[in-house]
Amino acid sequence: MADVDRKELAEFAADANAWFAENRPRDPGFMLPLTFMEVGTDQQFEFLRDWQRKVWEAGYLGAAWPKEHGGGGLPQAFQDAATAAMKKNDAPIMLNAIGLNWTGPLLLDMGTEDDRKKYIKGILSAEDIWCQGFSEPENGSDLGNAQLKAVREGDEYVLNGSKIWTTQGNYAKYMILLARTNPDAPNKYAGLSFFLAPMTVPGVETRPIRKLTGEFGFTQTFFTDARIPASCLMGEEGQGWLIAMRTLEYERGARKGQAGGYVITSFDAFQIVDLAKRAMRAGAPAIDDPVMRDRLVEFVIEAQGLKLNNERGRFAALNQDRPMGLPLSNKLAWTEFARRLNEFAMTLTGAAGGYYVGDENAVDEGLWTRGYLNAFSATIGGGTSQIQRNIVAEHVLGLPKK
Amino acid sequence: MDNLGTLGFSEEQADLMEAAARFCREKSPMEKVRQLMETDEGYDASVWREIAELGWLGIAVPEEYGGVGLSIAEVAPVMEAMGRSMMATPFFTTTLASEALLAGGTEAQKKAVLPKIVAGAPATLALAEANGDWDLRNIDALATADGDNLRLSGVKRFVADAAATKYIIVSARLDSAPALIIIEDKEVPDGALRRETIIDETKRTYELTLDGIVVPRSALFDALKLREAFERIDLAANLLASAEMAGACAACIDYTIDYLTTRKQFGRTIGSYQALKHPTVDAYVDYEQARSHVYAAAHSFNDQGAGEIAVRMAKAQTLKALSYAADRSIQFHGGFGFTYDCDAQLYRRRAAFHASQFGDEAWQRRRLAELLF
Repeated sequence: MADVDRKELAEFAADANAWFAENRPRDPGFMLPLTFMEVGTDQQFEFLRDWQRKVWEAGYLGAAWPKEHGGGGLPQAFQDAATAAMKKNDAPIMLNAIGLNWTGPLLLDMGTEDDRKKYIKGILSAEDIWCQGFSEPENGSDLGNAQLKAVREGDEYVLNGSKIWTTQGNYAKYMILLARTNPDAPNKYAGLSFFLAPMTVPGVETRPIRKLTGEFGFTQTFFTDARIPASCLMGEEGQGWLIAMRTLEYERGARKGQAGGYVITSFDAFQIVDLAKRAMRAGAPAIDDPVMRDRLVEFVIEAQGLKLNNERGRFAALNQDRPMGLPLSNKLAWTEFARRLNEFAMTLTGAAGGYYVGDENAVDEGLWTRGYLNAFSATIGGGTSQIQRNIVAEHVLGLPKK
Repeated sequence: MDNLGTLGFSEEQADLMEAAARFCREKSPMEKVRQLMETDEGYDASVWREIAELGWLGIAVPEEYGGVGLSIAEVAPVMEAMGRSMMATPFFTTTLASEALLAGGTEAQKKAVLPKIVAGAPATLALAEANGDWDLRNIDALATADGDNLRLSGVKRFVADAAATKYIIVSARLDSAPALIIIEDKEVPDGALRRETIIDETKRTYELTLDGIVVPRSALFDALKLREAFERIDLAANLLASAEMAGACAACIDYTIDYLTTRKQFGRTIGSYQALKHPTVDAYVDYEQARSHVYAAAHSFNDQGAGEIAVRMAKAQTLKALSYAADRSIQFHGGFGFTYDCDAQLYRRRAAFHASQFGDEAWQRRRLAELLF
């Protein structure tokens, strides 16, 4: 990054900040999803799709992606500045998460030039929504055991089986799909292949899943003799596991190259400090209750520790012992923290903690109660916390698998 | 509260980290640690001389007093490395005494004492008392004016490495207000020191009976800087303790992993059991946050407001991380973990000792609540 023009970058950052301050949408009149996994209504979807397109057109999304594919062709520092401006102005999330953060960088990294031409621009503009077909009803965390069948017939693959927890499945035009092309391979991993599959062909059906919150946001996706062009295969047959693992590195942020912006609204522990000022205990604000204060401080220390981990990640000398330690434990640490923080916030509001989204008396429109239930999507999705602990134990600490 | 401290890392810190890691590994293998635990003095005088020659006693001391002119931020990686090797020397308490002098000593005291400390004269502080209060200004010991002299009385506890030190900075009440007084080893009467039996057997502390000690008034710290001096002592002690514990925690986790990857039971390497794997990961996640807090505390130490927040967070988190990592380490070593020979107990005892000095987790959180809300 030695060739970054400091002055140019500063100007870009100032412009971005001004742009978001002016263009950040105000209250749309309905509750916006806090994460890309919570898009439950068409109204929310259309709103966020328009917003992403607008941000991209202004040059603040994909700023570091290649120019010929719709990116800005600038150094990463420029996109980081734009993302910071987004955050500072409390802008809504980017919608096309799986395209922007997982598929996009994967294609730029391992895809063919044709793939890039075909897909990258639509990812940035939110014209083409992407979803992910990894988990199956019988194979959640055990991803390597995926059973959806892809059988080559002439110039096509015929797909049969089912995928589950498809985020934005009902809106997606494409799916990154892990399927079994060879049931007789020497081991379960070698039989897998990776597809950039269209969702618009006959035989693909999505059925919405009702979440524990009572809302929608995921689908189960059924493939019944669905035929896709053979050119949708990424890499070669049998390379599915390798490509899926690379995708997970992008998903978990262990590898960089994402389009930028954020797809999950970040919160800091001070939001619950504010909540504690509004909640009451024995005639006084909860913030004055010694027990509540102590627990609040614990959360603030942890939030700060996680933030400092990110800052420390920049200094190689401070990560010499286990260079993959912070990247690989990040998901586990953050998602578990978020779950516990929401849980505490829910109880902090006292009697009002009994209200749920939809009641006019619910504190912050039920943000915390719903937040707690939704927090499980992150501690379960993308590999449960238990699987994450196995990953950290085996790949960072060197503990044996068996 | 916007600023809770930020993390930075200087080239000097990087250089010292590398040098200290090498030095400590070489000079303080575990057999040496165990051997020194059995001795009365508790440290190797030749290693101490080398530390002085390396200039590490003057890292945070300005050049005009013979030091290197950096700051305590650069001491942190050295302390961390010493913690990792469980190296026992008066480095902790001597550095703390320098910080106290720099914050509250008179110009004459700084000129007279700091160059000697930098050259290798150990120094310490006598703060704690029977009341066990972590508020350093809750003092019962007395300094009574007697002409141009002060007569000291009362009993101090947990005076680190007092038998080896040339200087002792004592807190006492003078005319009912807290004061700090620097005394020399020759002013301490025979029999005034009693070695204490403490939970961390790699460390040495003493009870100091002040009765009979008479010093000139010039031994008093600058009366106008007392508040600053007490604050600096409190924060520097907690920063150094945090750095030492972060190092110990890294070593403890390595030690546990070593056992988990070699010990076999029921035909399996025990580290393959998730019941042992998952808590080890939890300990590791706590440790990584602890280390980040330590380097933020070091970097932010001199920032008004943020410095204190960052230091107290670091102390709370390192205590949490080391206590848990070592507690699980004892458990996961099974029967061996219950023996004196297993090093896990050394790490657990280290955390327990640091919890007892300058404030435990709950105390730090209480102070943080006052600072934050």
